[in-house]
Amino acid sequence: MRKYLSLLLALCLCALSLFGCAPASENSITVYNWEDYINPEVIDLFEEETGIQVNYVRFTTNEEMYIKLEKGGASYDVAFPSDYMIERMIQNDMLLPLDHEKLPNFTNNAQWLQDPDYDPDSLYSVPYMWGTVGILYNTTVTGGEIDSWGAMWDEKYKKNVLMMDSVRDSLGVTLCYLGYDLNTRDEAQLEEAKQKLIEQKESGVLLAYGVDEIKDKLVGGEAALGLVWSGDALTSMALNEDLAYCVPKEGSNVWVDGMVIPATAKNVEGAHLFIDFMMRPEIAAMNSEYIGYSTPNEAALEILGPEYTEDPTFNPPQDVLDRCTFFHDVSDAAKMYNDIWIEITAN
Amino acid sequence: MKTKGFAAPYVVWMLLFTIAPILLVLCYAFTDSSGQFTLQNFQSFLDPIYIGVLFRSIGMALLCTLICLLVGYPAAYFLANRSFDKKGVLILLFIIPMWMNFLLRTYAWLTLLESGGLIATLVNWVLRLFGAKEEVRLLYSYQAVLMGMVYNYLPFMVLPLYTVLSKMDARIVEAAEDLGANRLQVFLRVTLPLSLPGVFSGVTMVFMPAVTTFVISRLLGGAQFKLFGDLIEQQFLFTGDWNFGSAMSLVMMALLLISMGLMNRFGDKEGGGVF
Amino acid sequence: MKASRFFKGLYVSLVLLFLYLPILTLIVYSFNASKSRAKWDGFTFDWYLALFQNEEILKALYVTLAVAALAALIATVIGTLGAIGLFAMRRGPRTLFLSMANLSMLTPDIVIGVSLMILFLFAKLPLGFWTMLLAHVSFNVPYVLFSVLPKLKQMNAHAYEAALDLGATPWQALVKILLPEILPGVVSGLILSFTLSLDDFVISFFTTSEVQNLSILIYSMARLGINPTINALSTLLFVAVMALLLLVNRRSSILER
Repeated sequence: MRKYLSLLLALCLCALSLFGCAPASENSITVYNWEDYINPEVIDLFEEETGIQVNYVRFTTNEEMYIKLEKGGASYDVAFPSDYMIERMIQNDMLLPLDHEKLPNFTNNAQWLQDPDYDPDSLYSVPYMWGTVGILYNTTVTGGEIDSWGAMWDEKYKKNVLMMDSVRDSLGVTLCYLGYDLNTRDEAQLEEAKQKLIEQKESGVLLAYGVDEIKDKLVGGEAALGLVWSGDALTSMALNEDLAYCVPKEGSNVWVDGMVIPATAKNVEGAHLFIDFMMRPEIAAMNSEYIGYSTPNEAALEILGPEYTEDPTFNPPQDVLDRCTFFHDVSDAAKMYNDIWIEITAN
Repeated sequence: MKTKGFAAPYVVWMLLFTIAPILLVLCYAFTDSSGQFTLQNFQSFLDPIYIGVLFRSIGMALLCTLICLLVGYPAAYFLANRSFDKKGVLILLFIIPMWMNFLLRTYAWLTLLESGGLIATLVNWVLRLFGAKEEVRLLYSYQAVLMGMVYNYLPFMVLPLYTVLSKMDARIVEAAEDLGANRLQVFLRVTLPLSLPGVFSGVTMVFMPAVTTFVISRLLGGAQFKLFGDLIEQQFLFTGDWNFGSAMSLVMMALLLISMGLMNRFGDKEGGGVF
Repeated sequence: MKASRFFKGLYVSLVLLFLYLPILTLIVYSFNASKSRAKWDGFTFDWYLALFQNEEILKALYVTLAVAALAALIATVIGTLGAIGLFAMRRGPRTLFLSMANLSMLTPDIVIGVSLMILFLFAKLPLGFWTMLLAHVSFNVPYVLFSVLPKLKQMNAHAYEAALDLGATPWQALVKILLPEILPGVVSGLILSFTLSLDDFVISFFTTSEVQNLSILIYSMARLGINPTINALSTLLFVAVMALLLLVNRRSSILER
């Protein structure tokens, strides 16, 4: 009896003490960012300089982030949605207009991203990173260069191809391969793309759908081709020199991830401080160097130097950019996209 | 008696956090996004895409339950048979993995099945001995998902079986033997029928989580064998159509309650619990 | 006879091997200096160091333990009182209230998770530590209830009333007469709740957002690919679970004697 009571008491105490030392900070911001998308040192630097505690939370897809913000239940002070998602959030009044007075570092950004078509005049967002979508492949398996999406359907790479578990990206590049617009709402074109993806799965070429694990698998040599974002390609190529990256000739997607302040934010002041901090040249350079994505920050590019700016993966030449398009919100066709993805992945 | 009032916190809590949420799911399932009553959510579920996923999930869960039963029954039977000295320790060994974190148990299989992993290397080595030329991929396959399920839920089958089998009166078996039954007859006519309650509760405890799982198929199946649980998760956290997601949740609950009801009709209610 | 005994032993060992092989592999790799699984680069404690320097993991560990301890305590109080109260009721209301617990146990985790998420958002509660705690208490209560009820059935039904008649206050009667009788049930309910909370992924996944417990963190880490820090974490958790169970097991076997 006494033993039991002491056990109970011990548990009580344990709970209470744990409870007592809960990190309770008055001044904190919650940052909602992509998985593996920041240099962790940057957060430490920010905390040291401002005394603001950063609560860092991650998401894997734009859609996941959108729902968490839309349905409430959590308040985030800074979020990192992509272009088409920013467009959708602006339409649905989910963002606070930015106070550009508090963002002096904004002018460091490249001209073409100071007034993007998804957010004219950057009223609601500032660019964080940008890049392309392409194929990361292992040259020892392919035996040469790849320049077409067709490689991802080539049966000689049986169980060697990784696609993204994300409907916009995987379906988007398939549409490009078929020569269609990657923002199409045309049912017949989408149907054709769907069949193409099912074919890829049924012929056994596809190994898996993934998001963040794709680069790990390619670096480890467990797959030969993967659909990746350019920054992931760059970090992977640094880890495994057999890897190469290409933006296929049929065209692809170019994207921008921005920083925004959701309408539900609690610490708007802190959020502005954080966003401006991220646009400082040396901080932007640190992030870009760490995660391998291209920074829109021209002052940061100067710090990074020619080793980066002359790299075609990091800083794609104009002819590559010319064949790439932005994603746009497909609003009323969204259900069609989702149903297609269920049909493919549950087949 | 004067202690009835003690149940008040329990009743309030259950009303708030068990009954109310389920009522909310009901509300969502029968309304559209503007709050109007509709049956549309259930109608859209009848689409062959969703029905197909439902049947595949059920099939997979049944297969997993069957494998667990076939593997687990002999193990529980031998353990209960008293031919081991340290039975207590052995049964504890079956419990420990059950108390390991579910995610870690699944994650462990990633390490074993990926190319270069222990099992993958072994299997490919054996296959090469038999003349196979191409490397066989184990991870990201239907079999990997099934394996992950069996691994996660096997202890849930073994323990109730063990509880029932070890409580069984050994004299009944002896009596049957004395009356001239051979071992197979004793097993089929005496042991097996008496252990049915354990079988039923084991089957329940495996089938229920297996049919609703959504992580295993993602991690071990490479997101290409989406199951019913994945669909529900996707409706709530990706597509954002909570009405449809609620309808699917209700379908799943109804399915489980019906199968539980059927099990209870056949099985004894006093089946051995795990704990 | 000997052969059959050998065969039985072999079979049970094979099943155990199946259960432990993955865990043992994780433990071995947690000491591997190479990040890749394909080769062994020598013995190292680096991953353990990395684990203890990883603030995120430590925070998740703290959240997991705090939620599990608090949820187990609250659920034990509610469940035990509930069992005592239900036991005193007539058959009709008892069956009705018991069926609520049955419903909760029969509801699949994923449905509990989404339904609670809807409830919390409906009530405008921000998802986080507290909502996760509420959710954990809710799924624990029925387990406590069902481990206490059998003990109540075993005890003398009139002991509590007799104590009241002899002048004890209800509180005294509860603590001095009832509780000692049902304590084994209460404790096993407590331990069960604690471990169920530690293990939970699905319900936590839906009922929290910024605050992560270990399961959620492992899920997001596992999606990034294999990470030896997780191996180190598994090893430590495995050892902890093993120690806890051995302790509980020993304690109960001492008591049985």
